[in-house]
Amino acid sequence: MAMFSQNPIMNGPNYSFAEAPKAAMDGLREHRFNPYTDNGGSTLAIAGDGFAIMAGDTRLTSGYSINTRYAPKVFKIGGTTSSQDDANILLSVVGFAADGEALQERLDSVCKMYRYRHGKPMSVNACAKRLSTILYQKRFFPYYVYAILGGLDEEGKGAVYSYDPVGSYEREQCRAGGAAASLIMPFLDNQVNFKNQYVPGSGIGHELQERDRVPLPRDEVEILVKDAFDSAVERHIEVGDGLQMMIITKDGIEEKVLPLKKD
Amino acid sequence: MDHRPQAWGRPRDDVYGAYDASYMNTNLPNQHTQSPIVTGTSVVAMKFKDGVVMAADNLASYGSLARFTDVKRLRTFADTSVIGFGGDVSDMQYLDRHLTELGIDEAYQSDVGGHNLNARNLHKYLSKLLYHRRSKFDPLWNHLLVAGMDEDDKPFLAAADLLGTTFTSPSLSTGFGSMLAQPIMRKYVPDEASVENITKEKAVEVIKECMKVLFYRDARSMDKYSLAIVTKDGVELSENKLENQSWAFADRIKGYGTQTV
Repeated sequence: MAMFSQNPIMNGPNYSFAEAPKAAMDGLREHRFNPYTDNGGSTLAIAGDGFAIMAGDTRLTSGYSINTRYAPKVFKIGGTTSSQDDANILLSVVGFAADGEALQERLDSVCKMYRYRHGKPMSVNACAKRLSTILYQKRFFPYYVYAILGGLDEEGKGAVYSYDPVGSYEREQCRAGGAAASLIMPFLDNQVNFKNQYVPGSGIGHELQERDRVPLPRDEVEILVKDAFDSAVERHIEVGDGLQMMIITKDGIEEKVLPLKKD
Repeated sequence: MDHRPQAWGRPRDDVYGAYDASYMNTNLPNQHTQSPIVTGTSVVAMKFKDGVVMAADNLASYGSLARFTDVKRLRTFADTSVIGFGGDVSDMQYLDRHLTELGIDEAYQSDVGGHNLNARNLHKYLSKLLYHRRSKFDPLWNHLLVAGMDEDDKPFLAAADLLGTTFTSPSLSTGFGSMLAQPIMRKYVPDEASVENITKEKAVEVIKECMKVLFYRDARSMDKYSLAIVTKDGVELSENKLENQSWAFADRIKGYGTQTV
């Protein structure tokens, strides 16, 4: 009687649960590998009347370590060659550096293909929309970056477009991104958009008149950017080392690198 | 009668039919995420005015076991570049084979008979490979340093890690070295401008000092190491041993090192 052989291997009765999987059944499994990291740093962009300024610090961190003191975050996009001499768009990326570089290279090649096919550079407006779709294409495995796009619009006015990692975007007067965004943005609200600034003696309560919003001149904006980063460096450990500034005007793009505190 | 307690109270297949085990299986796809097993520790490197010096010890650890003590973790590429591998050793060997193949292909395709890839090209290639693998959730668990000369025959040094993150600096190190060796090297080469003041002899001396500090303080290290000097004339690879070790301080250490009584 094989059925009562007392040995399931010798064709005896088998017991269902003997072969039940021993590993965790369903739901979330823990993976050791995390494909993302935060490389710190901060970016800032301000649009003026006939210019736009893009800025970022040059520190690249992982955890408490400084990987390098000079890793630029602001890039020229869409020039004819790799020298980017005739580029008309600026992109800043902050967050996960590897995704940032991948995104920058992708947008650059898209703009280069556009220039090759149409014989003219891509407009900032078109590039802004394209960047949004590039980000959204990776909606379920996003580029972990906060991107800001800058340039001059069709009227020659400064344009700044800011993005979240999955491609939501809007055109703004100014935007701070990255590790010290929450430190810099309120300062910008007050100094660029004159939030909470009123005309002295103009009234009481609701009668109080807001200060007129006017675009700032370029030299003032440059000082504002430097001040914003100097303050951020003081209070955020992931920000520092160098300040890279790109200024786009109708005459082209100018780059400046200023020192920041290295501590 | 089955006397095995594991079977007591379980429904018998000959009575109830075999259990449909597919209910117990997950429908999730296979995941090939691993973690490093046999590992190499720090790689250190710094630029000098005519090139780059790099070093890494010869140990491959299996956890805390010093498993293989004669593993070369520096590899030359086409006699013009050096790659230092930190992290998983089997992934290092995979990359080594891959690079050998790449070197042969490049040598065939180029018309001058030599290769066309400089250190910058090689670093770009490796970082793309690493980023691609991390995006497939199947990373190569390494932290690489690539040293050589760029297209203008200027010293080139850059890092790439398992996530595809890349960066360059006058001095670089992986693993423990980023905490112990990097501060020593940054004293000599804080920025690109200061590289011009460093001679080859000075750079070798600093790197050897770093390897000494790492040997004394990194428990996953050993006193035998490879040292490579890259200049536009080629690569000098040598094997070194830390001589004149002094452990006289060891019997005075109490507790974790700060204890005095």
